Amino acid sequence: MWPVLASALLLLVWHYSVVWTKTKVFPSPLAVEKGLAELIRKGLLWGYVGDSLRRVAIGFGAATVLGIPLGLTLGWYPAVNQVVNPVLQMLRPISPIAWIPVAIVMFGVGDVTAIFLIFLSALFPVVLACVSGVSNVPGIFRRAGRNFGLSAPQLLARVVFPAALPQILVGLRLALGIAWLVMVAAEMIAVDSGLGYLVIDARNSGKRYDLVAAAMLMIGIIGLALDLCFRRLREIRSVRWGFRHEH
Amino acid sequence: MALVGSVRNSIETKLSAQHIDLVFTRDGNTTAVLNDISLEVAKGEFLCIVGPSGCGKSTLLSTIAGFLSPTSGEIRIDGEVVSGPDPRRIFVFQERGVFPWLTVEGNIEFGLFKLTRAERTLRVAHYIKMVGLGGFEKAYPAELSGGMKQRLEVARALAVNPDMLLLDEPFGALDSITRLIMRGELLRIWQAERNTIVFVTHDIDEAVQLADRVVVLSDRPARIQQIMDIDISHPRDISSPRYLELRNAILEQLGLAHQI
Repeated sequence: MWPVLASALLLLVWHYSVVWTKTKVFPSPLAVEKGLAELIRKGLLWGYVGDSLRRVAIGFGAATVLGIPLGLTLGWYPAVNQVVNPVLQMLRPISPIAWIPVAIVMFGVGDVTAIFLIFLSALFPVVLACVSGVSNVPGIFRRAGRNFGLSAPQLLARVVFPAALPQILVGLRLALGIAWLVMVAAEMIAVDSGLGYLVIDARNSGKRYDLVAAAMLMIGIIGLALDLCFRRLREIRSVRWGFRHEH
Repeated sequence: MALVGSVRNSIETKLSAQHIDLVFTRDGNTTAVLNDISLEVAKGEFLCIVGPSGCGKSTLLSTIAGFLSPTSGEIRIDGEVVSGPDPRRIFVFQERGVFPWLTVEGNIEFGLFKLTRAERTLRVAHYIKMVGLGGFEKAYPAELSGGMKQRLEVARALAVNPDMLLLDEPFGALDSITRLIMRGELLRIWQAERNTIVFVTHDIDEAVQLADRVVVLSDRPARIQQIMDIDISHPRDISSPRYLELRNAILEQLGLAHQI
């Protein structure tokens, strides 16, 4: 109830700010709504949304599939982690956007480059969350596992992984947020479809700021929806114990 | 129904610890924790280890379990040297040892991966009933009280039919009423299952209420000050003169006054 009221209030503030300042550039909510309708009529909007979602799905999916086993291994073998971690810590601060020239050289302009950039941005949070999750598993659980005669692989699968899962989920949620952000930037440079592309294209071809704002709105709404999905995941009984103090 | 007190099924020795020393070394500093501990536990016996907080009794129990190695001396169970944890001797932590991501059923069947599905179901049902968690099969530990979580941990331990149970102050986190109830439950289970039990506690009354024998440890580095036979049959009257006599003897051994 309250979020809806707050959003309505925001829309009003937006509308009246535009009206009172008589700005020629920034669109009003009505203009944005008309812009969205136009995009839908031209059959562009859902295609772009689909393309963006697809790229994020593949990039984020790959980051998960590669990152979780890598992170679990690094967390499980502290000796290996000591060697690999400095490299990771050095690569991490390099914004994926700085990788754009390298990516274009490697993969050319197109889908693969965008997906690669998304993958790269999501990989580090996933790996680091796994490492952190594994090392935070209380020693008591590992001891209990060994006590019942579990071998090392069994211990990893039946004790360490479930115990670390809440923290891994936190990392995944963060990674998805970052992936969605980077998607916008990647699409501006590397491809010719998608919501990021729409932002830059609408401006370039005719200074259509109403479409720019429409794209921004869609980006925000879908980003929120993705995050809400992750919040729902936290309700699952076998991980809910790790999120006791949150709503 | 009274059962004869120190029932030792046979004079068969289950556990034999000889001259155990344990020294922790960290950053160049050494701390002696256990000092020349020797003791024997008979099969089916209920042994309590009592001592002030921090004296090393939990460390001793962890060494018996095989989580730690003694610096010198050896521990044998059934004649075999203890070199690591083993499902034949299950360690029971305070309730925080239960796995929060599994249901009550999931926890109890955790160690039963070598059995068939049918056998597992039977076992789990049996132990749920035994510890009195009926109706909570699908509940998660977060929904259980402290006492229930402790029962769950005991059920999980018993489900694999261990020869020995090693309990590390299992009732320490519970309120005193629940503690009394849980002691009765544990005795009931022990009398039914007849495992060998080594129970660590700082609570002298608890030790005298439960054990066949009580090992009294000194402050760190822990030595055995005394081993006391509790020759009262179960159920024990905690107001009986003999109970008070034994209890006071331990208080004195630990240098504590009878009056507050």
